[in-house]
Amino acid sequence: MATDSMVPPGEDPAPFHDDVHDPRRRDFINIAAVAFAGIGGVAIVLPLINQMNPSADVLAQATTEVDLAKIEPGQGVITTFRKQPLFVRNLTPKEIAEANAVDISTLRDPETLAERTKTGKENWLITLGVCTHLGCIPLGIHEGDNRGIFGGYFCPCHGSQYDTAARIRQGPAPKNLFVPEYTFNSDTAITVG
Amino acid sequence: MSFPWAKHYEPKQPLMRWLDEKLPLPRLVYGAIGAGYPVPRNLNYFWNFGVLAGLALVVQIITGVTLAMHYASYSGGAFASVEAIMRDVNAGWFLRYAHANGASMFLLVVYIHIGRGLYYGSYKAPREMVWLLGVTIFLLMMATAFMGYVLPWGQMSFWGAQVITGFFSAIPLVGESIRIWLLGGFAPDNAALNRFFSLHYLLPFVIAGVIILHIWALHIPGSNNPTGVDVKGEQDTVPFHPYYTAKDGVGVGVFLLIFAALIFFSPNLLGHPDNYIEANPLSTPAHIVPEWYFLPFYAILKSFTADFILPAKLWGVLAMFGSILLLFFLPWLDTSPVRSANYRPKLRIALVVLLVDVLILGYVGGAEPIARNVIMGQIAAAYYFAHFLIILPWISRSEKPVALPHSITAAVLAKHGGTSPGHSALTTDDALTHNTALAN
Repeated sequence: MATDSMVPPGEDPAPFHDDVHDPRRRDFINIAAVAFAGIGGVAIVLPLINQMNPSADVLAQATTEVDLAKIEPGQGVITTFRKQPLFVRNLTPKEIAEANAVDISTLRDPETLAERTKTGKENWLITLGVCTHLGCIPLGIHEGDNRGIFGGYFCPCHGSQYDTAARIRQGPAPKNLFVPEYTFNSDTAITVG
Repeated sequence: MSFPWAKHYEPKQPLMRWLDEKLPLPRLVYGAIGAGYPVPRNLNYFWNFGVLAGLALVVQIITGVTLAMHYASYSGGAFASVEAIMRDVNAGWFLRYAHANGASMFLLVVYIHIGRGLYYGSYKAPREMVWLLGVTIFLLMMATAFMGYVLPWGQMSFWGAQVITGFFSAIPLVGESIRIWLLGGFAPDNAALNRFFSLHYLLPFVIAGVIILHIWALHIPGSNNPTGVDVKGEQDTVPFHPYYTAKDGVGVGVFLLIFAALIFFSPNLLGHPDNYIEANPLSTPAHIVPEWYFLPFYAILKSFTADFILPAKLWGVLAMFGSILLLFFLPWLDTSPVRSANYRPKLRIALVVLLVDVLILGYVGGAEPIARNVIMGQIAAAYYFAHFLIILPWISRSEKPVALPHSITAAVLAKHGGTSPGHSALTTDDALTHNTALAN
């Protein structure tokens, strides 16, 4: 073979024989090597992305216990859940009646008061105090606050109005105030989260 | 580089010759911003603003790096460390006020720089890449400015972070997860503050890198000029140094005067008093407003108050980002072959109206959301999009441009009473001086 004379001493002459060797073997090795490095690269990116998720200490604050004993009907308290304000409100019978009087088909985010509270505890309205528009804290949890035209909460940032079931009624916010997961530990205590 | 008559770097000192052989860095600088870069001879003072933006970036990096020596990016101590910079650190008040007002100066200069590009058609072929890189720099600057504003951890810092990261929760399905991922928590806190500090320190150097690409892309066709007419020969240009280094020097002086007036006489003019209250996650300030340079975009965000197919909130966020991303398409929305609005009578009017429109948006962005302001903002926001998507394409088809000068030199000489390159402006001026001298 003519090519034999071109092969450096000690090298395998096989790759130089087009007729005896399939050149795609090199392509295969090339693709395999690049793919291996590529998968390795992606594997390294994953922890770099994941490090930005909430860390263990942030998640450790993910539950909050609230004592309801001292909250009279018509009163509300503001506490924190996952570093966000949490509204706990003891609705009056009048406020419950107002919330139930609304035709839910007219609502932007249709939900009944019963769906937003626990059975038999319809007077306890537990929501995040975070306006679903851009995250401001609505007014209305403290006595004397501006509660807006629907008697629930009013966000001063962009004018969203919530009713007594903390449902969005008017303004730019798209959703009702968020009701987090919670359970009643007893009649006067809840665990949120 | 751009033109065949560009001067070449010729080192005279043996040391410089030696350096030129090993690492031709002085050669690069000479060709980029020295006598080796031929520039149209008719540039006006609007052409100062690129250099001024570069200067502002240098000021921000120097003051920023020094502030970082004293700042603590810890949610429990950030606010106190900024107060310590103001009260205890030697010249700390000066560095912080220079950095805070430097951001305003940077954005101001860049807005004028963008306006210059819009008026004189600097975004048009063959400079589209210069424009695209410029819009990229603007986006990076907005991200950097926002994250920097969070660092003092005052009320406006915190609630600004809450509102702006809230934009991402408007994305359907994955929005809330993205927001939590960006913040590293359920609300802005220590994790968010630290990553914002890290990125706020990094991004200016990314901006510096994109600026190098911006200048590189500019130097291939060469600078635009107030007539928008291409350079036809050597008589149309002068070397960047000393002609425009000197002209830019004047602009730098004015820039520094205004900057100094802000720092020393009214350092909090452009800030918000609420940011001198430490961040409180349980109390929203009565009126959340961004810094002045984001107000027009904030007004567009606030303009969407009713759902239409998509939720109002998502529309607002899409429109706000869209108002900037639209600029990426500008070179292809304006199809007129004439660059300078000096020769485009309809565009000239449209650009004045656009300027007024953006100023109205700026006012609405900072105003209370009462009905009159909301409607005014909606009209102004609609007009902003109409300008780029309807009016500009229509003008570029229907407009009859004014006759262009034959060359840059012809335009310059016409201004001085001459009509041909043979009839030089210099001799006319000399003759005038001569006559005045005789009359005396």
